[in-house]
Amino acid sequence: MTRLLPYPLMALALLIMWLLLNGTSAGQLLLGAVIAILATWAMRSLGPSKPRIRRWRVIPVLFARVFVDVIGSNIDAARIILARGGRTQPDLVHVPLTLRDRTGLAVLACILTSMPGTAWVEYNAASGELLMHVLDVEAEQNWRDLVKERYERPLMEIFGETSE
Amino acid sequence: MMNAAGLPLWAALLTSFFLLLGATVTLIGCIGLIRFKTFYERIHAPTMGTSWGMGAIVLASIIFFTVLGSRPVLHEVLIGIFVTVTTPVPLMLLSRAALYRDRTDDSRKLPGSGDKG
Amino acid sequence: MSVVILFWSLLIAQLLLCAAMTLAVFRLIRGPRAQDRILAIDVVYVIAMLLLVTLGIRTGSSLYFEAALVIGLLGFVATLALAKFLMRGEVIE
Repeated sequence: MTRLLPYPLMALALLIMWLLLNGTSAGQLLLGAVIAILATWAMRSLGPSKPRIRRWRVIPVLFARVFVDVIGSNIDAARIILARGGRTQPDLVHVPLTLRDRTGLAVLACILTSMPGTAWVEYNAASGELLMHVLDVEAEQNWRDLVKERYERPLMEIFGETSE
Repeated sequence: MMNAAGLPLWAALLTSFFLLLGATVTLIGCIGLIRFKTFYERIHAPTMGTSWGMGAIVLASIIFFTVLGSRPVLHEVLIGIFVTVTTPVPLMLLSRAALYRDRTDDSRKLPGSGDKG
Repeated sequence: MSVVILFWSLLIAQLLLCAAMTLAVFRLIRGPRAQDRILAIDVVYVIAMLLLVTLGIRTGSSLYFEAALVIGLLGFVATLALAKFLMRGEVIE
């Protein structure tokens, strides 16, 4: 099984993408499956790290949370752009992270950057400290808590680092 | 535009709403691109276009083609997934490059460097 | 009725997107530093992609979808390469 399908998740994603692009039919399903399997074989020589997903149930919760937060962040950013009275204070914020899983960090980076209010600037792998830029610093500690409580904890649950 | 005649009114209204929403959000993001004073603020502006601007327009397209063809047309979702996954990467690299450049020629004041050691 | 609504909303949406693109081009020309210009290029690519999607709705053909996907890809690669160049001064190391 592991020889035939070294990365089952990646193969599934490729198959779905193929079907979305070409339309669903039995022939396309077969062709997509063959291409997905061949592509994952090719990926094996690159040897990407395999994410171990421990808790699938948290994923939709995190997804819904991010979806709602992106809308809120868009409204906030729009308000800042349209009605700037010099009240907002953009600044860099240091956030100490405990998450170490590389896939988890990548997902966190995607989440933070796709919010208009926050942007991921730099991550120091040695100290585990994240430097992010926020559009409006009202209280620095609030942003730290937001990142850690809202996004880091579910990510740690998903990628299973609670034992550490 | 000819084949849109068979579109029910609710679908047309929904498509229009999402189209206008997406375009407006993208425009606001670009206004931010012009109005913000520093680069680190400007980096926030395009994410408005790539999060809800893109999302709403793609949603409008999905609604339009799904109702028109009376079968689920979902390949626009690919654009959505693709854009959400790919925008953060260049933006992160760009902000890191900007930070690196600002640090090396320390000619301008770095935001947030005053109170942190 | 629905044709009229769609026609006008598409026209307004495309005008708004064109205005957005003009602003981005303005930043591209004026941008004080190189990183501002690269950011503006990225925005121009994204807006071009969105314009193609609206064009697809206007003509009712899904042909524009592929073009939008290709523009999105090109924008990603271009911004990545330019940001990398800014970081190191070389694209290929």
